[in-house]
Amino acid sequence: MSGKPLSGVRILDLGAAWAIPIATRHLAMLGAEVIHIESCARPDVSRYGQHAENTTEGRFWETGGRHNHINMNKKAITLDLTRDEGVRLFKELVKISDVVAENFSPRVMRNLGLHYEALREIRPDLIMISSSGFGHSGPWAHYGAWGMGMEPTGGISHFTGYIEGRPIKSGIPYTDIPSAMHGTLAMLIALDYRRRSGEGQFIDLSQNEVSVQQIGEAIMDYTMNGRAQARMGNRHPSMAPHGCYRSQGNDKWIAIAVSSDEEWQALCHAMGDPPWSSEERFKDALSRWHNQDELDRLIEEWTEARDHHETMHTLQRAGVPCGAVLTPKELFLDPHYRERGYIQMVAHPREEGMEHLGTRPYIGFPWKMSRTETTLERSPILGEHNEYVFGELLGLPREEMEKLEREGIIGREPLSMEPTSVGSTTVPLSLMKEMGRIEEWDEDFHQILGLDTGPP
Amino acid sequence: MAHALSHIKVLDLGHHIAGPYCSRLLADYGAEVIKVEMPGEGDGARRQGPFLHDVPHPEKSGLFLYLNYNKRAITLNLKTDSGRKLFKELVRDADVLVENFEPRVMAGLGLDYRALEEINPRLVMTSISNFGQSGPYRDFKASELVVYAMGGLMYIIGAYDREPLKHGLSQGQYLAAATAASATMAAIYARGDEGVGQHIDVAIAESIMMGMFMHAGPYGYQGAVMRRQPKVGAIFDDVMTTKDGYIAPVFYGYVDWDAFSRFMDCPELADPKFGSLAGRLMNSAEFEALLLPKIAQWYKDDLFHAAQEWRFAFGIVNTPEDLVKCPQLQERGFFVDIDHPLAGRLTYPGPPFKMSQTPAQVHRAAPLMGQHNEEVYGALGYTRADLVALREREVI
Repeated sequence: MSGKPLSGVRILDLGAAWAIPIATRHLAMLGAEVIHIESCARPDVSRYGQHAENTTEGRFWETGGRHNHINMNKKAITLDLTRDEGVRLFKELVKISDVVAENFSPRVMRNLGLHYEALREIRPDLIMISSSGFGHSGPWAHYGAWGMGMEPTGGISHFTGYIEGRPIKSGIPYTDIPSAMHGTLAMLIALDYRRRSGEGQFIDLSQNEVSVQQIGEAIMDYTMNGRAQARMGNRHPSMAPHGCYRSQGNDKWIAIAVSSDEEWQALCHAMGDPPWSSEERFKDALSRWHNQDELDRLIEEWTEARDHHETMHTLQRAGVPCGAVLTPKELFLDPHYRERGYIQMVAHPREEGMEHLGTRPYIGFPWKMSRTETTLERSPILGEHNEYVFGELLGLPREEMEKLEREGIIGREPLSMEPTSVGSTTVPLSLMKEMGRIEEWDEDFHQILGLDTGPP
Repeated sequence: MAHALSHIKVLDLGHHIAGPYCSRLLADYGAEVIKVEMPGEGDGARRQGPFLHDVPHPEKSGLFLYLNYNKRAITLNLKTDSGRKLFKELVRDADVLVENFEPRVMAGLGLDYRALEEINPRLVMTSISNFGQSGPYRDFKASELVVYAMGGLMYIIGAYDREPLKHGLSQGQYLAAATAASATMAAIYARGDEGVGQHIDVAIAESIMMGMFMHAGPYGYQGAVMRRQPKVGAIFDDVMTTKDGYIAPVFYGYVDWDAFSRFMDCPELADPKFGSLAGRLMNSAEFEALLLPKIAQWYKDDLFHAAQEWRFAFGIVNTPEDLVKCPQLQERGFFVDIDHPLAGRLTYPGPPFKMSQTPAQVHRAAPLMGQHNEEVYGALGYTRADLVALREREVI
């Protein structure tokens, strides 16, 4: 197929942190020209934290792992929208763009005079997506929302947790992921419609509503039966055994999910048919389900003496649904994801102050297409494409760009170059390990991953 | 108003959640979706709860009703020659085929992409499976629990010293469905003027792994393996108990700590030693002893709204009842009431995002088994007598 499907589509990405930048990442990989807009006063918060080699020396804002993952394949400019000249230039960009994507609180774009009605006047067929916590209408429209709080607010935490335990937050801004995927879909639908009709539109995406979609059957249980299912850990309403079992080594686990008598027999056989497995209390599915505390304990006696990968392959060969609980390290090394190209190594430029960035592994594009090629390209440097966007696209003369730089409206460096002032503190990894915040720390991870981080 | 996808015809061979939710998303925005089910059995979701009044019935599964509104349905036995012939006639006229069988199933039926593109080169075939259509785990047996484990997300969820946990319900299936719907639209867009479709391969485990965007990087960047966090000092990773439920305070970015101590009516919290994340970590026992009793004096809704007025973006642990009664969701018309011939009138979560020019639609209840056989096969030119013959041979 000639070219990438979205080549020729230009997206202004005002997104910060997660939901919208993740959505635009997918469109960038499909060939859209995504221009990520930050300002020198406020670079994307995703730039801070998780710095390469755990150091904030040099241009630390270019070495943050989260930013560099989420903003792959994009271009980046700086533009201060709190200044009139910044707003004016943004509107000039809107004139030559197809999509504006943002995830501020609803009041922000309106206060800047950059809400959809205003932008549509300068670009009548503009598509704009606003992703927010609760949507752009209704009594909670102005409520603040961070992903970490949306998982409970959207109903997901109520169903997540150990049996008889409290609701649990996953520790990631989880709802940003489904919101990003639904946002990706919304933009593609709008682009397809515009191509056929010539009309743009405004997309109002509420993270809260997306989250409720993701627990739809539990909402139905309430509207049909007035009930909310209890938290059940890793267990299943009807299958047993169905859980996560300790394996050999530190914090290693295997998940096993038996769904039929046939699979149960296969599991027993793979475990060497221990005498307990033929007892009456484990004979049929319902008995196993009722006696699963004891069943889980007995299975764990078998799994904990074995390596989780080895158990996985043994049981899969026997026809038992199971999988090793993969750690972040294991994900990067996993042969399946590597073979499918879902994990890829990507090189960064060896520029001054970020020479140590080198090549890093990244999680790739979340689907495969038989004809459309998708490639992973490194994330951009702060303001890297100012020249291209303001000079080439908008045709600003050099003197004017220099003036904008002097006035701090555009630039290539953050106003604040002090790591602690932007929350970029680093804790020695040995201390992190001691505190239990990381499971292990491989000093030789470059070799383990096969990263090219040799001298420039 | 126009429907964005009214030009798209979808054949939905999906079952359970991932396939059906993918095609329902397309149906919500106007695509014409025909669900294809095995005669007698139907979509497995029909046999899965929750059931209306807890009475198992193939037309009264809440899971099925929710994932299949806006669609029509036919029955078709793909294990028969006549069934496959009919299916190919349907494919000839379709834009999209969505399926979430194990990878070998469609090939086994002689209905893999290679065979179908010969019949209809414009076809976009979207396949959703646990580990994808290639790679060493392609044929692994799995379920939601297993893909959560192998997608990496499970390892970081749960208590420090206990077994890793998956999210409640079936998050991975929904994530993969939304991914697949996006992928389908990308292929529709790519088809453009040249008119050539393609095969889409979505792995549920890979969709789940998108959730590792915060926890995978530290290994590739620092060699650090992130894990489930210890309880001590992790107070804001946890929910806190109020008089009638749980609240989820979140502090991210800049926080006016002085204002927070006033909001909590707890001057001791204003101590600068609590003013940073690191400080709260270092002094976590003392911090918890001050904060938790204050939180416990509130009702969760009151605290949530009061915090928002003070500009603290708290979360709140909502139950399904809270959500169905939520004034924000009601005001935005998120929930929809749908009449169904057997399940009656019920409230459902409606489409997930609002489009100003091409609004979503909810225009029909989930179909009964084979409800649209006459309509759909009739349009292909089959007579009632043909349908009787096909039924006798257990094709439909």
